[in-house]
Amino acid sequence: MRTKRWLALGLLTVTLLLVSCSKDIPQNTMNPAGPTAQTEKNLLVLVLWPAAAVFLIVEGGILLISIKYRHRKGRDRMPAQLHGHTRLEIGWTIAPAIVLAVIMVPTVSTIWQLARQPADAMHVTVQGYQWWWGFQYTDPDMQVGYGDHDPILTADVMVIPVGRTVDLALTSLGGGARTTTGVPDHEVIHSFWAPRLFGKQDVVPGETNHIVFSADTPGVYWGQCAEFCGLQHGRMKFRIRALDEADWQAWVAREKTPATAPTDPLAKQGMDLFLGTGGVGGQCIQCHSIGGTDATGTAAPNLTHFAAATHECFAGCDFETTDTAALRAWLTDPNAVKMGAKMPDYGLTQDQISALMAYLYSLK
Amino acid sequence: MSTAASVPAPRGIIRRPSATTGWLSWFTTIDHKKIGLLYGMSAFVFFIIGGSEALLIRAQLAKPDNTLLNADQYNQIFTMHGLTMIFLFVMPMSAAFFNYLIPLMIGARDVAFPRLNAFSYWVFLFGGLFLYSSWFLGGAPNGGWFGYPPNSTTDPSIGMTFYALGLIITGIASSAGAINLAVTVVNMRAPGMTLFRMPVFVWMGLVVQFLLAFSLPIVTVALFEMLFDRRWQTHFFDPTAGGKPLLWQNLFWLFAHPEVYILILPAFGIISEILPVFSRKPLFGYQFVVFSGIAIGFIGFGVWAHHMFAVGLGPTANTAFGITTAIIAVPTGIKIFNWMGTMYGGDLHFDTPMLMAVGAVAMFVIGGLSGVTHAVVPSDYQQTDTYYVVAHFHYVLFGGAVFGLFGGMYYWWPKIFARQLSERLGKVQFWIMLVGFNLTFGPMHILGLEGMIRREYTYPAALGLTFWNQVSSVGAYLIALSTLVFIVNAVKTQRKPKGLANEDPWDARTLEWTTSCPPPVYNFEEIPVVHSLDEFWHRKYVEDKEGRLVRVPAGASDHAAADGHGAGHAIHLPSPSFWPLVASIGLPMIAYGVLYSWWLVGAGALIAIVGFMGWAMEPSVAD
Amino acid sequence: MADTTAHAAPAAEQTSTGLPSTKLAMWVFLASECLLFGALITTYVLYRGSSTTPPYPSEIFDIRYTSVSSFVLLASSLTMVLSLTAAEKRDFARMRLWLVATAMLGMTFVGGQVYEFTSFYHEGLKIGGPGSNLFGTTFYTLTGFHGVHVTVGILMLLSLVGSSWAGRLPDDQAFPVEMVGLYWHFVDIVWIVIFTVVYLIPQAKPAG
Repeated sequence: MRTKRWLALGLLTVTLLLVSCSKDIPQNTMNPAGPTAQTEKNLLVLVLWPAAAVFLIVEGGILLISIKYRHRKGRDRMPAQLHGHTRLEIGWTIAPAIVLAVIMVPTVSTIWQLARQPADAMHVTVQGYQWWWGFQYTDPDMQVGYGDHDPILTADVMVIPVGRTVDLALTSLGGGARTTTGVPDHEVIHSFWAPRLFGKQDVVPGETNHIVFSADTPGVYWGQCAEFCGLQHGRMKFRIRALDEADWQAWVAREKTPATAPTDPLAKQGMDLFLGTGGVGGQCIQCHSIGGTDATGTAAPNLTHFAAATHECFAGCDFETTDTAALRAWLTDPNAVKMGAKMPDYGLTQDQISALMAYLYSLK
Repeated sequence: MSTAASVPAPRGIIRRPSATTGWLSWFTTIDHKKIGLLYGMSAFVFFIIGGSEALLIRAQLAKPDNTLLNADQYNQIFTMHGLTMIFLFVMPMSAAFFNYLIPLMIGARDVAFPRLNAFSYWVFLFGGLFLYSSWFLGGAPNGGWFGYPPNSTTDPSIGMTFYALGLIITGIASSAGAINLAVTVVNMRAPGMTLFRMPVFVWMGLVVQFLLAFSLPIVTVALFEMLFDRRWQTHFFDPTAGGKPLLWQNLFWLFAHPEVYILILPAFGIISEILPVFSRKPLFGYQFVVFSGIAIGFIGFGVWAHHMFAVGLGPTANTAFGITTAIIAVPTGIKIFNWMGTMYGGDLHFDTPMLMAVGAVAMFVIGGLSGVTHAVVPSDYQQTDTYYVVAHFHYVLFGGAVFGLFGGMYYWWPKIFARQLSERLGKVQFWIMLVGFNLTFGPMHILGLEGMIRREYTYPAALGLTFWNQVSSVGAYLIALSTLVFIVNAVKTQRKPKGLANEDPWDARTLEWTTSCPPPVYNFEEIPVVHSLDEFWHRKYVEDKEGRLVRVPAGASDHAAADGHGAGHAIHLPSPSFWPLVASIGLPMIAYGVLYSWWLVGAGALIAIVGFMGWAMEPSVAD
Repeated sequence: MADTTAHAAPAAEQTSTGLPSTKLAMWVFLASECLLFGALITTYVLYRGSSTTPPYPSEIFDIRYTSVSSFVLLASSLTMVLSLTAAEKRDFARMRLWLVATAMLGMTFVGGQVYEFTSFYHEGLKIGGPGSNLFGTTFYTLTGFHGVHVTVGILMLLSLVGSSWAGRLPDDQAFPVEMVGLYWHFVDIVWIVIFTVVYLIPQAKPAG
């Protein structure tokens, strides 16, 4: 019996160790980096102890009974024909009920705790598209300093200040402006999940769900869509970058400025192609937006600060921004690298792509 | 020809068939035993197909960024895997057992409505074939077995229209079967067999039929609403017109949660029959086991939104459903303890049926515990939509239901086929399956907690999920190997000559074992009179003066296994009929018509109506 | 070899409850139908007032017209009862008469609905596609499902009449009439609920 207990403890520890503390597992729920995920993990660990106990008692019991009462050859016995034992049965009905009731107390209080939306939180609207994420900073002090003073809008990477409580409003969008060859995206259900920071909530068209969380330390936290949303559900990813105060202020200041006009001739070529100012191209602005230019589309990611250091990934956070080969492949034929991508193949030449890339990389 | 009727026997349009042997008789049979066999064979074929789909999934996920399957193929395969295993394997395999055994266990000659029984089978088969025909007609369903709109209603491929129509058809089959079996159990028990003298297997069957009868209509409405949205651009789930995608989820889970009890209760019934026989003592706490089954049936309608904890229902609803989910763990847990109590102090014979049954209990416990962690709502925000859930439901459905069903196959094989499956191969299958199963699904708990979402066709290496995915994939192929062992066992066994030296090989407890192996078409020479629970056991064993059980001497009139070798004089059974088959053909025709042409709808409806009218008007016996 | 004794009338079968199996089956079936219509009605009620475009119920409904056709359907339940009474008295000619009357009242109801739906369609209420709205979607679906059920009932009534007239019903003709009667009354009761929920309870137009 003693050995069994140590064995069980060992097993539980090994499992928890295997599952937690690993730096190589960027979406590990057992390695929380913020109070929301920490609360959710604590509750699970709390329940795992009685679960482990029940596991041991029941499975151990089945094993022991199987060994002790197995039929031995040559010894035919007719066991006592016991039909039941009412008091025992009532006992093993009531005991689990009590354990469950006890478990439900912290459960219910945590449900209500996590549902609270503090008034002083920073507000970000999460936009779920097929198959990428947009982030809109809706607080009055987060408006850009040009044009109509719209909220700061980014894609793929949500930047937040360390330690600040953030209140996410989850919205499902789609069906924006499209080219003649592009396939419209539909508003479908998604789910927003950054495991090290918070458990998921679904993104439902017509509803607005909320997630309240904060990050304890600066860093990058990975996440992805967690509700089946069609072809590229498995590659609809995002990252949350938590910055310390100085970096955060710098980021906000830069986001409030429009896109810098490029000086490099190739990049200028790219800009003309992007906006169609040279009489060629211009399809990009039907879907994309770049702050301070004529590009005001809403169906595709905002590219104003595409090449900023914080904007680590693109195309549903599927590729690293610094991966020039990936960007080239994407611009050549998005569907070839991501089947079903809503961005069509525009038949761009490699020279045109080089120009566009130069432009995009100038958008710091 | 004497008759009490004052009108001549009605004459049908075409002569009613009378043959009960030969290959054609399989198409016209209305014998519950043959229908049970048809269900069982069809279900097993679908098990192989669904398992192959699983092997493709595990091959694709064995490596990060794998390109074995592309996104489109993967989405179709995982959707069909789920649909096949649930609707085309577990449910019909359970129906196979219910159909074959319930009349025998309650001392009846057949079910209440034998032709309706045949109709149910053919409609199920056509529904499954219809669903699979989608692969050749533009694409299989690709929106997941749960088919959440707006994705499922706006997906441009035709697959999800096949999904809606196919599940409506199979739903009709199950609904008809539910009414049939419910009335059979309530109304056709042998004299003396009160409800509380019925085997637990029959009780679980009764609960399942009511779950089906009350849950299927709800999902049928949802499926029609989805069909209308896809086919005729209605707005049930269209958020741009005021529709609510969450309506689908509520209607779907109102069905699909009772559905999981529909999937597991038959196996619970099988386990409840096997454990007492192989422990050589009665089921511990029969009444608690029965009442807990009934309780699960009722409470099962009150927990559905625990599949929707992350959907934004609000803390009040989440609290309520968290609590009801915790409550339903209680009657489920009771059964485990009662089964342990059955084994305790017994004389345990670990033949393959017993291995499978005990394995099912042990694996179900693990799935049940992970289910309890789901009830802890805030933790479920992390667990839901991850591989942790995939682990949970495979532990209860494969661990519980599939192991249980295999146990039933080994247990009743001698009764049905008059041969016994090889014990050696059975044990080989069991151990390979147990190891393979745990290797496949155990690591999924870890994968889920480490951030692996469900329904993704690939994952990047940087997520650190590769190792456990590889382990899981190896396990899946072990499961395949164990299934191969079973197939070899079955083929070898069926090649042996028919006939058992002992027609009660397990020294069993219930009425089906009083008949020959296999039973005659009329089941019983004389309808038995029942005096107690475990009627057969009490005919074989009586208590002596010291209260110990002793075997009644052989040759006594109540001894086992004689029934069925007589000639069955003057037992009137309804003749076979082809009208159920005719009527059932109308349904897939209507479905294809909805997809392609109104003429086909009309033709299908006409055939169905003609089928039903012929059915209503034919005489009960062939001329 | 089974001999060709005529099949005994249902009332003579031995059952555990004493009730004929067909009757039990009909009750279980009707219980499941409650859930079918429950889900349909729930959908309709959930979506009241949710249409984002016209036409709206208050602009479309003609309550007096629908009240008349509802009365027709309710009257058919009365004729159904009269038919059963006649059957129990073994006056099969009268039974068939009242069955025909029931079927005709049912056909009047369905015909009235067809006319009603056609005029709604011409006033712009569509079930789906361009120009349609949620009200059209839910209205036609709910009432359409009910109409199909009535139609199936009419087919069963006419089959009964035909079989009885051709002498093909078993001796106890009241039994199948009772079974069809149960179904018919159920369909009627469902209509009362639908009529109340859909037509009678006023639906406000969405603001603006």
